Amino acid sequence: MATVGKAALIFALAVAVYGVVVSLVGARTRRRDLVDSGRNAVYALAALTTLAFVLLEVAFLRSDFTFKTVAEHSSTTTPTFYKASASWSSQEGSLLLWLFLLSLWSAAILFATRRRMRDVAPYATAILLGFGAFFAGLLVFSASPFQTLGVAPSEGAGLNPLLRHPSMMIHPPMLYAGYTLFAVPFAFAAGALIARRVDAEWIGVTRRYSLAAWFFLGIGILLGARWSYSELGWGGYWAWDPVENASLLPWLTGTAFLHSVMIQEKRGMLKVWNASLVLATGVLCVLGTFLVRSGILDSIHAFGASTLGVPFVTLIGLMIAGSVWLVTTRRDVLRSEHKLDSAFSRESVFLANNVVLVGVAFVVFWGTFFPLISEAVTGTKSAVGPPWFDQYTVPLVIALVFLSGIGPVIAWRRQTRATARKSFLWPAVAGIGTLVVLLPFGVFDRPAAWLMFGAGALVTGTVVQEFARGVRARRAMSSESVPVALVSLVRRNRRRYGGYIIHLGMALLFVGVAASSAFEEAKDARLSPGQAVNVDGYTLTYAKPTARIDSEAGRIERIVFGAELRVTKDGEAVGVLKPSRGFYPPDDRTFAANPIASFFEGEATSEVAMDAGLRKDLWTAVSPDVGALDGRIRALDEGFTKGIAQAGDQIAPAQVGALIGQALNSVLRSYTDDPPPATFRVIASPMVTWIWLGGIIVFLGAIVSMWPPPKGATRRADAKLLARVSRELGRA
Amino acid sequence: MDVVALLVIILLLGAVVAAVSRPLRGGALDAESADASRVADLLAARDAKYREIRDLELDHQTGKLQDGDFKVQDRALRAEALVILRELDRYGADEPPRDTPA
Repeated sequence: MATVGKAALIFALAVAVYGVVVSLVGARTRRRDLVDSGRNAVYALAALTTLAFVLLEVAFLRSDFTFKTVAEHSSTTTPTFYKASASWSSQEGSLLLWLFLLSLWSAAILFATRRRMRDVAPYATAILLGFGAFFAGLLVFSASPFQTLGVAPSEGAGLNPLLRHPSMMIHPPMLYAGYTLFAVPFAFAAGALIARRVDAEWIGVTRRYSLAAWFFLGIGILLGARWSYSELGWGGYWAWDPVENASLLPWLTGTAFLHSVMIQEKRGMLKVWNASLVLATGVLCVLGTFLVRSGILDSIHAFGASTLGVPFVTLIGLMIAGSVWLVTTRRDVLRSEHKLDSAFSRESVFLANNVVLVGVAFVVFWGTFFPLISEAVTGTKSAVGPPWFDQYTVPLVIALVFLSGIGPVIAWRRQTRATARKSFLWPAVAGIGTLVVLLPFGVFDRPAAWLMFGAGALVTGTVVQEFARGVRARRAMSSESVPVALVSLVRRNRRRYGGYIIHLGMALLFVGVAASSAFEEAKDARLSPGQAVNVDGYTLTYAKPTARIDSEAGRIERIVFGAELRVTKDGEAVGVLKPSRGFYPPDDRTFAANPIASFFEGEATSEVAMDAGLRKDLWTAVSPDVGALDGRIRALDEGFTKGIAQAGDQIAPAQVGALIGQALNSVLRSYTDDPPPATFRVIASPMVTWIWLGGIIVFLGAIVSMWPPPKGATRRADAKLLARVSRELGRA
Repeated sequence: MDVVALLVIILLLGAVVAAVSRPLRGGALDAESADASRVADLLAARDAKYREIRDLELDHQTGKLQDGDFKVQDRALRAEALVILRELDRYGADEPPRDTPA
């Protein structure tokens, strides 16, 4: 199986290099057979990488430890659910996932454009295959997922415990789907510039890919935040971690691109800006992959660290140089076809939105790469923390939400005062009204949150008004019932109303961020059973300790120490929270020295306990004081080692396992019978659930925007339009 | 290396070579003329213009544009659409509008 996988990757590299050459020669000589052969090379690449990916997945699912990567990242005790995702926790597997996804999207877009964009598609093919050749090259020469071991170990090292979370099963593929999907508009934009075909066609052709990239990247970012909140044990969802920032960067520039590209589609304006944005987004996607895989910046993602720096830096350098060269040498064809009609128009708001989004991206970029910059300049690596990021991003994001509230009510080209007064009345009432209503609730010392609530209400008012007006207009023409009119309105204008739903979701999300950041109350307390801590009116009493051993397939997976916390508010019972902390056995499982102590020297993960609701989340994590058990553990280890030495070869491995189990049970009993104090982190955080709900609404809106229109409806609408235009022309 | 793996690899290689060389076996084909590219540009511009006209109508219906402004802008957009249609006529292109989302 490994041999076939290796061969598939070598063929993938060969076919990608071949495809680059024939596509470029075909484009230069205008030979369609060469161009078609290049396109077939993309299909072949997709088939080969699919085969390689399936082979690797099968190896993980079968726990085939002859594969080095399977032995290092999975084990027989890893649940099947996580075995399937363990492949992309490895360097090699994640690079293969990148190539696999890229080849799928490349095949899909080139199949869709096989009879269109004949000038641009060959160059786009060459660029997509160039990416394919790069990643296939890494997989063949630097990080082969099909490397085998001379002697297969009986057990693997297992998946990093931190990654054993449902979000982590989906988070990396979502990010990679986003990164690789953005390669499509990047390739077509570069192709359009090379071919000097910078009209709106490449935008139309790749629009769904750009939206899908934005959609998947957004899901990946949100899942990462959810994982951080519920798995990492510090109680937050966003820490400005370099790798998370790296995924946010292309999402920000991609968001800017999705807005500004509408101006090019409608008005033929901002061509240089759009080309620059999409090219920058493509570069940032590769940079994001590089940051995860290189470990160049210290991050909670250090499990992804490796030494692929030189090839990635070379690729990024080539992409930047090529992009700058293309934009500067194509200035003549990138001239705007129109000028801005008015400063008070949808175009102007989109422009402002773009400036803010790029401003946020710049802040995030600078803060993320500051350690490298400072090291280069001063020789000392120093980093900036969350307060630095918040200082600049908070006002920019408030401005962004405000702009997303006023943009939809302004018409394209120009807005008159009379219609503006009418359009802004109710959204302004919602926004200003919210600010006034909140005044008595102690918002003066948290002005940023207060303004965000106002901006969020403005957006909600705008979206509700737009839907109401649209339904009213529809009913005036068709006398449909309100629900039918609403569905018809959205069906016929998916892009517009999908966008409004996205705005609403983003507003809810940021209101949740503002509320939870500004009004959070957190406390760390060291408690013995019977003692209590008060947080935000809640009383949490440490009722009793808990301890257990989790096993999988007859092997000890981890030891879990936890606590039962009784929660009351104003004397009334609210519920019971059961946070815990899992301690995983050592990777090599030899248990040679100090077998019991080594359980507490390896990885440990928090199992957070939460009482989540629309108003407030009560969040807890526990750090059991396992140090208090040191004496007991040392005594057990000494006795165990002595016993094993006396038994010599007469003791079977299964008996050793049983003895370790007995010793661990004795440790658990010590913990529950005579519990040491445990440290608890308790956080009462308002409206965190709004973040997840807002995210879901954003993604629903994105699906509405991406959904293909009913064929007949658009044809009929366009046919009517064509007839009207034709009549005016005198052709009908 | 076992025989099955070797056979699979040979089959894989054969399939890949057959797939990428297929267009080459039919003899060299010239790409379409520059006219075809221009027609593609025009069709994309026409579809974008239709979308713009529909958006303008919706803006008017939802009260963002007064009647006077709407008429002026609608007339301008239709004139721009006519220019595109005239040029498409010159190329003899009569492709129906593409199914692009509104």
